[in-house]
Amino acid sequence: MSLQEFLLLASALFSVGLYGALSQQSIVMIMMGLELMINAVIVGASAFWYFVSPDRPDGQVVVLLAVTAMAVEMAVGFAVTTAIFRSRDVDMTDMAADLKG
Amino acid sequence: MLEVTPWWGALLLPVVLALFAIAAASFDSVLATGRGAVAEPLRATAGLLVQQRRRTLAADSLLWRGGAVALLVAGIMAALVIPLGSWVVSDFSVGVVWFNTMEVVAWAAVWLVGWGANSAFGLIGGYRFIAQGLAYELPHMFALITAALGAGSLRVADIVAAQHDLWFVVWMPVAFAVYLMSVLGMAFFRPFDHAVSGDAAGGVLAELSGVDRLVFVAGRWLLLTSGAAMAVPLFLGGGQGPLLPGWLWSVLKTAAVLGFLVWVSRRGPTVRMERFHEIAWIVLIPATLVQALVVSIVVIW
Amino acid sequence: MAQVLFWLCAIAAVVTGIAVFRVDSMARATFALLASFIFTAVTVLLLDLAYLGVLVILMMIMEMVIMAVFMIMFMMNPAGLMPMTMVHNQKGSLAIAVGTFVVLATGVLLVPWPGSDRARPDDPTMQLGEALMGSKMLVMIVLGLALFATMVATVVLATHRGRYDRYGDRLDRKRPDDPVPGGIGR
Repeated sequence: MSLQEFLLLASALFSVGLYGALSQQSIVMIMMGLELMINAVIVGASAFWYFVSPDRPDGQVVVLLAVTAMAVEMAVGFAVTTAIFRSRDVDMTDMAADLKG
Repeated sequence: MLEVTPWWGALLLPVVLALFAIAAASFDSVLATGRGAVAEPLRATAGLLVQQRRRTLAADSLLWRGGAVALLVAGIMAALVIPLGSWVVSDFSVGVVWFNTMEVVAWAAVWLVGWGANSAFGLIGGYRFIAQGLAYELPHMFALITAALGAGSLRVADIVAAQHDLWFVVWMPVAFAVYLMSVLGMAFFRPFDHAVSGDAAGGVLAELSGVDRLVFVAGRWLLLTSGAAMAVPLFLGGGQGPLLPGWLWSVLKTAAVLGFLVWVSRRGPTVRMERFHEIAWIVLIPATLVQALVVSIVVIW
Repeated sequence: MAQVLFWLCAIAAVVTGIAVFRVDSMARATFALLASFIFTAVTVLLLDLAYLGVLVILMMIMEMVIMAVFMIMFMMNPAGLMPMTMVHNQKGSLAIAVGTFVVLATGVLLVPWPGSDRARPDDPTMQLGEALMGSKMLVMIVLGLALFATMVATVVLATHRGRYDRYGDRLDRKRPDDPVPGGIGR
């Protein structure tokens, strides 16, 4: 195992997530793309911790941060989807374009 | 203090668990219908083995079967870190977290089984289980953390060793009670069997038949067994006790906890999840938090 | 051994990640994402990070089960029995994604990454715990606050009933008027 292999995995996951986040119309599917991208952060941070600075805890803390970011992203995403669905029966980004700011 | 068994320990583990589970199921049927029903679980197993599979329209077989198998596998994997006397299959450094993770697999498994059959009753059962999971999981996690806190380690061996002088159940009674309650919840035994209760035609179990049903029900019993067995190293001092050898103490304590859980589940009615939800969030979570606070103060002191 | 396991998990993680956007059934998409997370968690476990690896599995199972509920609630065709596509600008997204991967992968392979011969901690979990309760405590405090703010914000956003619905216009009702009765009989 080497740092390059892990970073390759991270870039692949990030790209797949990016494709999903850009191409999907449904808000829920976009969030799945975002989760995949954050997953790439987890892989990258763990690999940097292990291969570059195992004597410092920073890499692990970044993983914890990414995991929390995922939870927050999902909770807020679903709350916004619920709110917007309740007020105008919309679950796709294209129909909520007026929220663009 | 604990010694890791050779590789065949991992093969022996499911057998031991299954023996416990069968004994518990026999006890359950004796409680239900009287002394003549001792062999009822074995008879039911044989019946399910020869029963023809029921098929439903447009079922998602992959997720359906996968869910049942996942429940069974999780029930066994959860027991990897549970010591029997001084033997343990895997002395994982984060054993408590591992155990918790394997239990959480039940969330996915039960919902998948409910979803896969493409049946309304099954799906209702699956949703009920998720709602119930949201209620029992946080108090359960706090109960686990309290035991780890008392020992200052997530390794099960250290938790057992920390109870050398005093069992954790003595000064963590709230955590112990909540733990037992949540074990019944996660294996969806009564009073928390709303996911498979009769008012929804069996809920998740509604469309399961034959081998699928056997795998799912066996997984449920194994999960209950693993949960009961984990209570022993977490709160009841593991294999520690006078006179008898360690493994026998483990067996006796596990049997007592398991028997108690089965007995409790035969008393009293099903609790609907919206009732349990409020109780869990307004009573149990603060109670376990206070328990954890008390334990941490004692530990620092 | 670890090398083989890593490549198996890495390929499986990417394949299941792609499957998320290819399958028709929303339940399958969600659980494909879960599989992807579990495979990446195994690669994290290979890096000695026992706690974080298991934690990712634990969290993702819970998160994906909740996600499945919302997927099925909001999507028009949750079981995928009548396949339909809900994408926009697919070619552009694909080009951007592939381009990103090529750029990142080139960087990964060309940059001379620093190595380290510093000693690895005996117990990475202990290292993380001590950091969070010591030098990195600010991170932990901010995370806790952020999670609390998230809980409040999501409940406010998602619920359509406020205290006036529950306790009446003058807030003088003794017992709240809730559509679902709770368990402690307030």
